[in-house]
Amino acid sequence: MWESRAEGLHGFWEAVTQPEAVAALKLTLGISAIVALINAFFGTIIAWTLVRDEFRGKSVVNAVIDLPFALPTIVAGLLILALYGPHSPVGVHLAFTRSAIVLVLCFVSLPFVVRTVQPVLYELDEQMEEAARSLGAREHKVFSRIVLPSILPGILSGVAMAFARVVGEIGSIVIISGNLPFKTEMASVYVFNQGQNGNSAAASAVAVVMLSVSFAVLLFIGGIRRLATRHERA
Amino acid sequence: MPRTWRTYAVRFTALGYLLVVLVAPLSMLFWRVWVEGIDKAWAAITDPDTIHAFKITLILCAIAVPLNTVFGIVCGLAIVRRRFPGKGLVNAFVDLPLALSPVVVGFSLYLLYGRTGWFGPWFTEHGIQVLFALPAMVLATIFVSVPFVAREVVPTLREVGNEQEQAAYTLGASSWQTFWRVTLPSIRWAVIYGVVVTTARCLGEYGAVAIVSGNISGKTETATLRVQDYYENLDQAGAYGVALMLCVLAIAVLVVMTKLKPKEGVA
Repeated sequence: MWESRAEGLHGFWEAVTQPEAVAALKLTLGISAIVALINAFFGTIIAWTLVRDEFRGKSVVNAVIDLPFALPTIVAGLLILALYGPHSPVGVHLAFTRSAIVLVLCFVSLPFVVRTVQPVLYELDEQMEEAARSLGAREHKVFSRIVLPSILPGILSGVAMAFARVVGEIGSIVIISGNLPFKTEMASVYVFNQGQNGNSAAASAVAVVMLSVSFAVLLFIGGIRRLATRHERA
Repeated sequence: MPRTWRTYAVRFTALGYLLVVLVAPLSMLFWRVWVEGIDKAWAAITDPDTIHAFKITLILCAIAVPLNTVFGIVCGLAIVRRRFPGKGLVNAFVDLPLALSPVVVGFSLYLLYGRTGWFGPWFTEHGIQVLFALPAMVLATIFVSVPFVAREVVPTLREVGNEQEQAAYTLGASSWQTFWRVTLPSIRWAVIYGVVVTTARCLGEYGAVAIVSGNISGKTETATLRVQDYYENLDQAGAYGVALMLCVLAIAVLVVMTKLKPKEGVA
């Protein structure tokens, strides 16, 4: 990181505002936000299903959730390519598009929200919901007034972790995105390529931006934790 | 809760999403290996360079996992049991590799040990090659897999409490004895679980190692880099073959993880 400071603040600004760097950063943040939102929605639903629903094979589903953590991310990229790539058996060709990036990142970041929301849902007392229901609250009101407030810190910290992970992800993207500058080149790949080509100033400038995003996310999660525990004590 | 259409809608949304994003691509891998020909995949797996790549990966794991296990336990104990200035900072820094991009990690090492970096010139003078050789790859692997043991150990230590340890002290046990006889046994499942996750992370590391390794076939190539190598040389069968091998390893890790989890209580 020292390198980019050695170049001076001016050099840093110049490197970060390179059109290609800006495009890569914008794409990365935009896609990460989309993936985070998808995770917030589906992650919560999956956690809900795993805790409240009963069906055969639930334990298998529960185990499969952790697979993206165990699987090398480059294999994840190859998997998505195998199914949605040029030889797709289902006729969906997404290779080297932004949709493919979103898809593979959803794969990689799947466990975060599920695993942060699940324990909170377990702890949640269903009697409160019953009480609300017996007082005449509709299903959606029970959810938005009683369930959601308790699981929201879990959702948010899961989403933040997923976001950080997705911003920095490279292994799964290298294969599937095609890395076309201004179109499908993500920030991590940009750093990688510029670094390989000996363009350290450009690479470290973007790396510094990514580093600040990571720190911001950690601070955000710390803040949520503090809020959540204060809520408990009160 | 009554089983309404809502229950089913939620269930099928959840399972449908899992199917599209997770299960279908995974089963495709096995299908692709089958279509491309098992003999080709086998040839790729038994290729000397591939075997060497797996060896490198194993060496990296063999160094990084024990180091991070010891570090994780020490760190966990320090965070939970001790009070010292800068504790919050240590706590945050342990989590940093989780939020940080492996590319940034790799690139920082690259700058640090490069020709103009802080440590680079010193090592060059003493004839030790760090970059594009095993030492840098070990450093990168250690860095990205630091948090996992500590993260498992910390909550378990909190839950266990320190009554038993205090009892051991009262009975005259030394702190070393207390650690081996009381503390370690009570957190052993958390440690093992952390070790498994760390191993998985080391096996699958790509970004950080890719930058510092130089990616030389048969020398500094790890298993994950081998997959990319095959893929870029348009050898699909080879890429899928090695990927399958890694996948089998990942599933083995997953099975161990699931087997260990219930012992810690559902969490």
